Amino acid sequence: MKKVFGRPKSMKDAVFHYCPGCGHSIIHRLIAEVIDELNIQGKVIGVPPAGCAVLAYDYFDIDMGEAPHGRGAAVATGLKRSLPDRIVFSYQGDGDIAAIGTAETIHAANRGERITTIFVNNGVYGMTGGQMAPTTIIGQISSTTPGGRNEDRDGVPIDLSEMLAIAKGSVYIERTAVDSPKNIVRTKKAITKAFKAQMAGLGFSLVEVLSPCPTNLKMTPVQASEWIGSTMTTYFPLKVIKDTAGKL
Amino acid sequence: MLIKTIFSGFGGQGVLMMGYILALSAMRDGMHVTYLPAYGAEVRGGTANCTVSISDEEIASPVASSPDYVIAMNKPSLIKYEGQIKAKGTIFLNSDLVDIDPEREDISVFKIPANTIAKELGNERVINMIMLGAVSAWTKITSLDSLMNGLTEVIKTKSSKQMGINKKGLEIGAEYVLRGA
Amino acid sequence: MLLRGSHVIAEAAVRAGCRFYFGYPITPQNELTEYMANALASLPDGVFIQSESELAAINMVIGVSMTGKRVMTSSSSPGISLKQEGISYLSGQELPAVIINTMRGGPGLGNIAPAQGDYLQATRGGGHGDYRTIVLAPGSGQELADITRMAFEYADRYRIPVIILGDGMMGQMMEPVEFPDPIDPKSLPPKPWVLDGAEGRPSRIIKSLILDTSAMEEHNWKLFRKYEAISREVPEMEQFLTDDAHLAVIAYGTASRIAKGAIKRVREMGLKVGLLRPKTLWPFPKRILLQMSRTISDFLVFEMSAGQMLEDVKLSLEGRGRIHFYGRPGGIISTPDEIAKVINNIYFKEGLERE
Ligand SMILES: Cc1ncc(C[n+]2csc(CCOP(=O)(O)OP(=O)(O)O)c2C)c(N)n1
Repeated sequence: MKKVFGRPKSMKDAVFHYCPGCGHSIIHRLIAEVIDELNIQGKVIGVPPAGCAVLAYDYFDIDMGEAPHGRGAAVATGLKRSLPDRIVFSYQGDGDIAAIGTAETIHAANRGERITTIFVNNGVYGMTGGQMAPTTIIGQISSTTPGGRNEDRDGVPIDLSEMLAIAKGSVYIERTAVDSPKNIVRTKKAITKAFKAQMAGLGFSLVEVLSPCPTNLKMTPVQASEWIGSTMTTYFPLKVIKDTAGKL
Repeated sequence: MLIKTIFSGFGGQGVLMMGYILALSAMRDGMHVTYLPAYGAEVRGGTANCTVSISDEEIASPVASSPDYVIAMNKPSLIKYEGQIKAKGTIFLNSDLVDIDPEREDISVFKIPANTIAKELGNERVINMIMLGAVSAWTKITSLDSLMNGLTEVIKTKSSKQMGINKKGLEIGAEYVLRGA
Repeated sequence: MLLRGSHVIAEAAVRAGCRFYFGYPITPQNELTEYMANALASLPDGVFIQSESELAAINMVIGVSMTGKRVMTSSSSPGISLKQEGISYLSGQELPAVIINTMRGGPGLGNIAPAQGDYLQATRGGGHGDYRTIVLAPGSGQELADITRMAFEYADRYRIPVIILGDGMMGQMMEPVEFPDPIDPKSLPPKPWVLDGAEGRPSRIIKSLILDTSAMEEHNWKLFRKYEAISREVPEMEQFLTDDAHLAVIAYGTASRIAKGAIKRVREMGLKVGLLRPKTLWPFPKRILLQMSRTISDFLVFEMSAGQMLEDVKLSLEGRGRIHFYGRPGGIISTPDEIAKVINNIYFKEGLERE
């Protein structure tokens, strides 16, 4: 009998701690599949964030090194500069990358660090219990915006990926989602391309993945996925934001 | 006198509310109280628990390493806390969701079919009040009157219909115990 | 009122006339931030910003403090480390501010369980340069309310950052509390040093850069004299059953509550044991401790760390008395029984029952 579905080699045999309907587990799996397909399990080093994915090293069967909150791009820079022939990626939430870690991220992109960042945008601070994230949309209720995000007080959802596209050192930036099978397939393609851009030594690559957080959105898993398509994508359109990498 | 009680169950069973109303009521009775909800990663797994300490003097540690009473709203709670209860302590079981018996023989066991009673009342959400009514009638940590006052203080903004059904839950829980005893 | 510790601090701050709060989410103190978000949104003069990092939060604090308004930020251990740079600036610029540290297990990301591993960071300045901050250690829900009020008073009186050192247990636990009457911020005495535009007066500068070395030295001595005054005026220690004690447990915050439980237990067995609970960690209540050593021979330092306040106890006792230590780092909460056993052991080993 032919096995058609199984655990990727780059994943450990562990049970995810993520909430039902959370996008992190899907994204983890996609990354592991890409690592398997590119046959780089022994060459890749991952940097998990402070965030819901803080325990990512319990799931990936690859080398991983923890970064302080927001400093993933800087830690990844250190790893890559020391080991230029390894493939280094950071995995970061929206709070991690687009609030506390903005400076590190922009400068890593600007230096054209040969690293890949997987930026999981779920519109909230998941791990700390649903506070406003830099990507929370206008009017969205969170535990620190009880009356909804207010543009005057809190600013607008930040377009970090678009900002990073301006940096000369970035070569490939795409925004995808994991709200539907079709988009999940697109996300995997994007992650593959981002890794390949790094492996070709071209520069900084990033995939922003819109990801459901039913727990903190106080929605069912289905509603949370629908919300991505109906609402979140109006602020964060799915598209290739920058591609100077060409065909890889 | 120092009495420590642990309330434990699934998220959504109103476990934290039970503990809070007990603590609030005892405070209004003039007692020293502490209320300590479980926190963080413990909560994410879908379980909820809290510890209430009540004393006539200042309370040292709000943690209960050997509680006098445990209210187990589901089976995992029984498994988790059975071993910790003080000798001669009491465990209250929601017998609709706990289908096994405690193994210890040095503790009292009180079974309340809270979901069944609540269904009869027409509102499954009041299982927590039924259990709390039973606990207070059995242990006399605080009176039914105090609990009623505590409840009023907590639900102040909610509709009187909701108030009514919760009060009913407390009463029926207490009656269940008094009838059995 | 029956309130969670984090909410007590927040409510007490608002009642102390604090209308400015900046913070970044971190467990186990998010309830404080969330309470401030709600409370300040409902006040016309309230300003709440969820900042992009703790670095940003503390620098927003600096800005408000320069204008003389009462301001607060809060975090937990990893975030407090990020704030240290700003706290050093506040100290150099002699700006008042209140900073809450709800300590958790560490180092690094650690965990979110209650711990006391940031004692040395808090009491030794914590950032760079020759400075100290006032460090207050509440022991109960009521004290959280009282100490928060005091923190704002001290901050203004001495123009100094004040740190309240709590832990996740204090933050989560609900206890009855009564609040002091609210202060209207407009009724607070004006501060003659603030930046508010130089209209009708000579312009002012608030800074910490002092290139001239002798001027810098004088600024350091000035700070030092201030710290000396604080060391005379501020130290506070609770004494519990120490009059006839042969042994005193020294503990603060959550650890002191556990110790108190243990002491009640060993007292029932006839052991003469009391509690010394510093309410101020800097300045440490040295003199009181030294005085106690006239009648108490043995001191047991109990901390939720591997031993930090222990250093201050040793410094304070100047070689007097026998000092014992028991600590559980990493977020472990000892039980009163466990501490009672430790006390028992020391008591009989040192022959204290024969005195
Ligand atoms: C210096 C510091 N500040 C705060 C925290 C607390 N913290 C942990 S994760 C996190 C943000 C989580 O949100 P996000 O990055 O969007 O990831 P998610 O959990 O939603 O996946 C915060 C604020 C920390 N670990 N360190």
